[in-house]
Amino acid sequence: MFYGSLFWEYLKNYAKTRLTYRADFWIEVLSDLLFQGLNLIFILVVFAHTDSLGGWSQAEVVFVYGYFMIPYGIHGCFFDLWGFSERYIVKGEMDRILTRPAHNLFQVLLENMNPPSLIGSAAGLVIMAVSWLQLDLAVQALDLLMLAVLTLGSTLVYFGLYTALTAIAFYTDAPTGILPLLYNIQNYGRYPVGIYNRTIRFLLTWIIPFAFVGVYPASYFLDRPEEGAASLALLTPLIGLAFAAAGLLIWNHGVKRYRGAGS
Amino acid sequence: MNSAYPELIRIRFLMMLAYRVNYYSGIVIYAINIGAYYFLWQAIFGDTPSLAGFTVAQMTTYVAVSWMARAFYYNNLDREIANEIRDGSVAIQFIRPYSYLMVKLMQGFGEGLFRLLLFMVPGMVIVCLVFPVTLPRDPGVWALYLVLLFFSFLINTQINILTGLFAFFVENNEGMIRMKRVLVDLFSGVVVPISFFPGWLEQVMQWLPFQAITYLPSSVFTGRTEGAEAWGVLLVQLIWFGVLLVPIMGVWRMARRRLFVQGG
Repeated sequence: MFYGSLFWEYLKNYAKTRLTYRADFWIEVLSDLLFQGLNLIFILVVFAHTDSLGGWSQAEVVFVYGYFMIPYGIHGCFFDLWGFSERYIVKGEMDRILTRPAHNLFQVLLENMNPPSLIGSAAGLVIMAVSWLQLDLAVQALDLLMLAVLTLGSTLVYFGLYTALTAIAFYTDAPTGILPLLYNIQNYGRYPVGIYNRTIRFLLTWIIPFAFVGVYPASYFLDRPEEGAASLALLTPLIGLAFAAAGLLIWNHGVKRYRGAGS
Repeated sequence: MNSAYPELIRIRFLMMLAYRVNYYSGIVIYAINIGAYYFLWQAIFGDTPSLAGFTVAQMTTYVAVSWMARAFYYNNLDREIANEIRDGSVAIQFIRPYSYLMVKLMQGFGEGLFRLLLFMVPGMVIVCLVFPVTLPRDPGVWALYLVLLFFSFLINTQINILTGLFAFFVENNEGMIRMKRVLVDLFSGVVVPISFFPGWLEQVMQWLPFQAITYLPSSVFTGRTEGAEAWGVLLVQLIWFGVLLVPIMGVWRMARRRLFVQGG
């Protein structure tokens, strides 16, 4: 209850600050969508010249892309901690957070909430629905349930990975360039993993599991028997839980080491 | 007075050098992006020998050199200018005895020099070791490409300056800056070569400056554009460099009459 009301208050606060520059707000939403749309444009332009990408049709690749946008948008809304180390460690704002009763990570996440990202998720859902129709797939109630479960799993993968790597800021003084690195690697998850070599495939499946925020869960709906991708899809919630738990542990352990900026 | 400008290049270069560690991870990030597109294009070509005038080997080289050129010409002058306008520090720049736009250009050039020597060159070496990139054999192509690269930088910087100056007319042009970034990446041919665009769009692109930033120079580097045509690329760049000066001067004249500082 307490956390629920906190969430609501932060949300109201957010809306008030953002609506000061109303026109700019919409331009920002639009440019974010356009930025994500770059990959979609890439897919569409390329498929005008070929009809298969490593054995996947255009509708299938677009479907995977649409799925990818859903957990990505949810992550961007609730779990994006870009610039954490500058704001909370270097400037010492973490001190303020730690004097309050709610869990520190929860507060930090609320302060960085960005609801417009969910528009990206909605766009992803629409893209998925369109290619679903193109592919002539049957719609069953179970599919919707699975979509919810898999999306949750993928979002947890994001949450775990980014929380763990953001927590690095507690362990070293120098802000590391590792987050932008991760951000760029995640693009690999948008495409069928079969096109990469074995090393990258292994990396994307078990070490930095971005295949579980895109191609694996999406192929559950696509009935592609080869590569065992559909059976890997069922692992998504487990991978999500494992990485989220690891991320939380690393974060909590890191907070204990936090000594303040010293000024 | 003109002796101040080289000094500005030197200062920005040294400033960038102080933060060089940030750019080591930048090289890895660019390599990751090049890798993603390398595998994508391999899968797209499959067994097809050529698509839209590219062989698969040319595409690998194109992707590598285009991204590495972006590592060089990219800068944040648009945001820097917008910030200086918003916080009012541009007013101080007005009363100093130099041209503000030239100062920005020089700072951008200092950054570009740093990016060329510590980002693009080592990045290119690493990328060539990892991916099967075919480098041009003719030293003349290398020499011409360096000139084209310099103009890529100039044209991209002109577009950045123009975007930044719009902060004089709107209260917050952050969204516009981001939008411009996406458009430049898309239309300059970093993401997809322009010859892959649908016919009508390809036609439109011929009348816009973006192709001169990446697509045309990279085509020379990959050997798709040769001989007299390659010099034609330089001509296109020269024309765009000249044409873009006009709106910049115009906007700059108008802007000086309506400086509006928020807070500060």
